[in-house]
Amino acid sequence: SAAPPLYDVVVSGGGMVGSAMAAVLGHDIHFHDKKIALLEAGPRKEYDHIPDSYSNRVSSISPGSATLLSSCGAWDHVCSLRLKPFRRMQVWDACSEAMIVFEKDDLDDMGYIVENDVIMSALTKQLDAVADRVEVFYRSKAVGYTWPLPSHGCDTSPWVQVELADGRRLQTKLLIGADGHNSVVRKEAEIKNIEHQYDQSAVVATLHLSEATDNNVAWQRFLPTGPIALLPLSDTASSLVWSTSHDHASELLAMDEESFVDSINSAFWSNVNHSDFIDAAGAMFRSAISLLKPSGTAVRQLPPSVAKVDPESRAMFPLGMGHATEYVQHRVALIGDAAHRVHPLAGQGVNLGFGDIACLAHHLSAAAFNGSDLGSLKHLLKFETERQRHNVSLIAATDVLKRLYSTTLPPLVLLRTWGLQATNALPPVKVRI
Amino acid sequence: QLSLFRFTVKRPLSTSHSSVDSKEMKKFQLLAHKWWDEEGEYAALHSMNDIRVPFIRDTLLSMSSNYHLGNPLSGIKILDVGCGGGLLSEPLGRLGASVTGIDPVEDNIRTADRHKSFDPVLAKRIQYKCSSLEEIVEESMETFDVIVASEVVEHVADLETFIKCCSQVLKPEGSLFITTINKTQLSYVLGIVVAENIMGIVPEGTHEWEKFVPPEELEHLLESNGFSVKSVNGMLYNPLSGSWSWMESTSLNYAVHAVRSGAPAQSHAADALPETDVQQRSATAATA
Repeated sequence: SAAPPLYDVVVSGGGMVGSAMAAVLGHDIHFHDKKIALLEAGPRKEYDHIPDSYSNRVSSISPGSATLLSSCGAWDHVCSLRLKPFRRMQVWDACSEAMIVFEKDDLDDMGYIVENDVIMSALTKQLDAVADRVEVFYRSKAVGYTWPLPSHGCDTSPWVQVELADGRRLQTKLLIGADGHNSVVRKEAEIKNIEHQYDQSAVVATLHLSEATDNNVAWQRFLPTGPIALLPLSDTASSLVWSTSHDHASELLAMDEESFVDSINSAFWSNVNHSDFIDAAGAMFRSAISLLKPSGTAVRQLPPSVAKVDPESRAMFPLGMGHATEYVQHRVALIGDAAHRVHPLAGQGVNLGFGDIACLAHHLSAAAFNGSDLGSLKHLLKFETERQRHNVSLIAATDVLKRLYSTTLPPLVLLRTWGLQATNALPPVKVRI
Repeated sequence: QLSLFRFTVKRPLSTSHSSVDSKEMKKFQLLAHKWWDEEGEYAALHSMNDIRVPFIRDTLLSMSSNYHLGNPLSGIKILDVGCGGGLLSEPLGRLGASVTGIDPVEDNIRTADRHKSFDPVLAKRIQYKCSSLEEIVEESMETFDVIVASEVVEHVADLETFIKCCSQVLKPEGSLFITTINKTQLSYVLGIVVAENIMGIVPEGTHEWEKFVPPEELEHLLESNGFSVKSVNGMLYNPLSGSWSWMESTSLNYAVHAVRSGAPAQSHAADALPETDVQQRSATAATA
């Protein structure tokens, strides 16, 4: 019987990260004559025309990620569909007055809030543009993988075998696992994953503001139960991401729309968690800073107040953290949530995935131009080293922040209050963040 | 003075007109199944691809005006002499070239054939033949655009015959790429004692220092056989990182790019050479 079709690269998982990986490789000049396959369990996602209402799943896209999407032509489509740039991020504590403001000196865009569906639609278009190189298999779930033996004189196939749910088989020189935090590729490759379920769920919703405003600030307040964030979608609408206990999240979903809106406004405006002691200590620290560094305390802006929530837009999903001990093996590489999963409080999740793509595509492009075997560990290990070095510190820091801000104990509140105020006053630290 | 000394030491003339040394063949036969283990006996040759493939690729790209996206060497016919298990043939094939790989050791060819058979693109682009260079000369006159002889000339019995055959199967203006090892005290200490006996970077007994070729001698042989030497670059292997890099000095490994002159291959005018060399060459001409 004929051997199954052989691809140079198979990407398993057609979410934002998997699709972007396939699109970026498809647009790489050194992959001009290569064969790439993208496997997606779900249907094709594309807008004929964009719906008026906003989707409740949005991502904060960093300028670096925008550059990557630009390189495969997808960013133009995003811009022509819908996105909201923001210039400023204000992050503050519910237990004190401490606040930190992020803003670029040149008043450039810090980032963009984009609906996930918009990104998917843009990527689908760009995959169509390179259909001669990239074959997308929709409604095709991969159910099994067979790994080649590492030994070199044998007569068995040296390629990775992929079996689809409908019985079709593919072979590939390199398998890229972009199949999310419950990655089947990672499990079948027997790569150990360090994971931890947070006792939190995120509640998302599309909100309408009381009055139209410039709305180019991203807001995040750390409550003892978890951070609540308001991400701008337009001058009159914002997206909610509220990380809180599972019980509270269920309550928020169950309550009527008015109570839901009240809870949100109260979360942003109420000072019930303040204690006189912390307020006094914070104020004292702030005056100390303003003596040393007059510009070190920023103007506190007031977040917008919410009037309405889009019906049907409320949803919740559980949160966790995860990190694969290895990102690569012979003929296998993991990217995106398959490799690492973070808490949404830092707005980094999908940006880490796009960063993985930029790095892996760079190494694969060089390998292709050298005529190398694409599945060779030599360049895959370079990708792993670069990305682990970058990702581990960020994931660890996010985890620490999450734990630090989940308490009302005065010593820890004082620590983080002073820490936040100090960080706000110190440009070098802020720039790194 | 030292280099003159080397010129006057005659290379042993082989009466078989063959550049293949049967002792050398036996050494490689024993390791024929080890070619494709990237961490095994041939690890250093695998990582040498990281500099020799870009060297060949970029030199050829700079000499041509067309560029086929994704297949930079498309349309180029390459002869890989002493191809072994196909370690260099495969990357060149992936870059679009039509490669003919020859090697006198049958087990090597068998390994190479089997390895390429799993990739339909490579299987079409690369042809392997168990043969010495002399054996294909008659049927391949002026056939190839490029010859690569990587880590080979230090194993051949008669280097001048080898170079003459290269000239015959190359098209006029065709390129010859050679990588080999210099014959210096340093190459004895590092290339044999350390690399073979101490660190096992190269399988023991692979190389004989007597057969190492100094770049001056190689350049001279090339220039006297219708080639114009375009570049000579030193190479250095770092055993700790397992990687190769370019270096100024050619005292250890080095790479040469030479181009066959446009006219049918003839030796240079005799009056340009010292006395001893004229004697050498008339001796060779007598046995040809």
